[in-house]
Amino acid sequence: MLYNPPSPLETKVLTRRFGLPNSAAVDTYLATDGYKAFKKALEMKPDAIIEEVKVSNLRGRGGAGFPAGMKWSFVPRNSPKPKYIVVNADESEPGTCKDRLLMENDPHQLIEGMLIAGLAVDAHAGYIYVRGEYRYLIEILDKAIAEAYDKGYLGKNLQGSNFSFDAYTHSGAGAYECGEESALLESLEGKRGIPRIRPPFPAVVGAFQCPTILNNVETYCAVPPILRDGGAAFAALGVPKAGGTKLTCLTGHVNKPGVYELPLGFPVDRMINEVGGGIRGGKKLKAFIPGGSSCPVLTAAECEGLTMDYDAMAKKKTMLGSGGVVIMDEDTCMVKVALRIMRFYAHESCGWCIPCREGTTWIRKILTRFHDGMGRKDDINLLGDLAKNMLGRTFCPLGDAAALPTISIVEKFREEFEAHLDGKPCPYEKELVTA
Amino acid sequence: MTFSPELEAKFARLLTSYPPGRQRSAMVPMLLYAQDEIGSITQELVEEVARRVGVTPMQVEEVLSYYSMLHRKPLGKYHVQICTNISCLLTGGEQLWQRACGKLGIGHKEATADGQISLEEVECIGACSWAPALQVNYDFHHKVTPEQLDQLLDSLRKTH
Ligand SMILES: Cc1cc2nc3c(=O)[nH]c(=O)nc-3n(C[C@H](O)[C@H](O)[C@H](O)COP(=O)(O)O)c2cc1C
Ligand code: FES
Repeated sequence: MLYNPPSPLETKVLTRRFGLPNSAAVDTYLATDGYKAFKKALEMKPDAIIEEVKVSNLRGRGGAGFPAGMKWSFVPRNSPKPKYIVVNADESEPGTCKDRLLMENDPHQLIEGMLIAGLAVDAHAGYIYVRGEYRYLIEILDKAIAEAYDKGYLGKNLQGSNFSFDAYTHSGAGAYECGEESALLESLEGKRGIPRIRPPFPAVVGAFQCPTILNNVETYCAVPPILRDGGAAFAALGVPKAGGTKLTCLTGHVNKPGVYELPLGFPVDRMINEVGGGIRGGKKLKAFIPGGSSCPVLTAAECEGLTMDYDAMAKKKTMLGSGGVVIMDEDTCMVKVALRIMRFYAHESCGWCIPCREGTTWIRKILTRFHDGMGRKDDINLLGDLAKNMLGRTFCPLGDAAALPTISIVEKFREEFEAHLDGKPCPYEKELVTA
Repeated sequence: MTFSPELEAKFARLLTSYPPGRQRSAMVPMLLYAQDEIGSITQELVEEVARRVGVTPMQVEEVLSYYSMLHRKPLGKYHVQICTNISCLLTGGEQLWQRACGKLGIGHKEATADGQISLEEVECIGACSWAPALQVNYDFHHKVTPEQLDQLLDSLRKTH
């Protein structure tokens, strides 16, 4: 199903089957060029497949934006160990709701992406790690997997070749940290989802201690179009160092929130005003999160002339992240936003690394005090100091993901913290209650 | 322990989904699927799953305490999970949460006396563009208005 109408400004590559009747069925998929890219890849050398992905400038869509082709080339293909394909379908980054649509509306595209990745690194099994709350998607994926076995796109000697591949779904059971790649791999082994120290990276020691490609759902879903139409065509849709499109989740105070497939490099102001229909109630933009709550927050002024791509965001010291765009209008209390974000990280910190476990909890407590009007002037700097002390001191980036937005909000909206001092009630609370 | 044939079929498939000697991987999905059938993670279930995946009950307990969807105590027949994370916060998720607590007279992770409805304030459930959102068991409800919430809670109360 689609939960919002499409926008005429979209470039539909990964979502081109969305809206077709029975878009998730294998017959629909086969009737619309499905599994053609896999057949093409069967005729290609592994290096040529990886080269095509490199040419496409596909970067990881799960958050970090690492070049996919390069990641694939790190897998020691000649290792005697089995290799694995792991799909990160944990989708838990606040603001993000796009992998859900890809799996719901076109599950075979994901399976085909896994198959091509399997050919590229000589892997013969793949696991889709789906967050536990997405039970209906596990059912859709299991059905698609069964169909693919039926049609000879999973199983032994696929399409008459000597390539065999099995695919499985694996349900998580509620833990944001299990979206982090190394914690996900621990969880897949039936353990608590605590991160592994790196190196070695999953490409070398991944699932079941074997070489593994681990990518986000959307990253795999981009692979069939890349192989089918060529890496260069995909690259040309985006900007020089980032090819293709990005499923962008517009959320918060816009008139037309929704998931839209936009070419990388799409201007932020057009995204908000034309795709998103502008800010609700004719209000002004106050703050903007480009890709999930782990990304530093930008002010309205910083959004001027900005485009949605990895390097443009890096220049503003934030990240394109997962595509979860959060739009906040002028009536939003940034202390409250900082508090809600930190409550999340304090709840989800797995507790393994002390700076993260203690830091998130202390910052949450200080922000709670602030929002209750009991903030102290010294606390403003203390917040920043505590957050900075978490940076780079943890096994996984959850600590940074909690610290960076806090630092950005304290720096950019300091006057809002000052407005909460000495017993003063939240100046925005009225608006929030009636919103 | 005996389970339904459907659940046994799921277990059988899970136990062959992982590389040889890696049956432990099936533990968390097995616990979750079994919880859906029997209502909570009982000590008997812990021991059963431990036996089937070849670990000690203590190893199962160590793992299950990590995952927020696994519950040692039964929830309501309808578990209403309201998201108050950032995108839902901006669109009225908190008001929904407070309204539900007020209407049912229960709080976070509590159930009504008749065991019909339980409530949980949850983190992002992946419905942010269609916020505010909630889940009843595994079903999503998008763009929920206060009136729709009232109707929903009433309908869950009635279907005894
Ligand atoms: C705390 C944390 C949570 C994460 N959650 C997710 C997630 O839900 N989905 C996802 O694809 N990547 C998530 N990531 C990123 C993964 O660690 C990893 O970089 C990504 O899955 C790699 O795939 P990609 O290169 O295709 O993006 C998370 C990272 C961290 C630190
Ligand atoms: S923030 Fe509520 S569903 Fe994502």
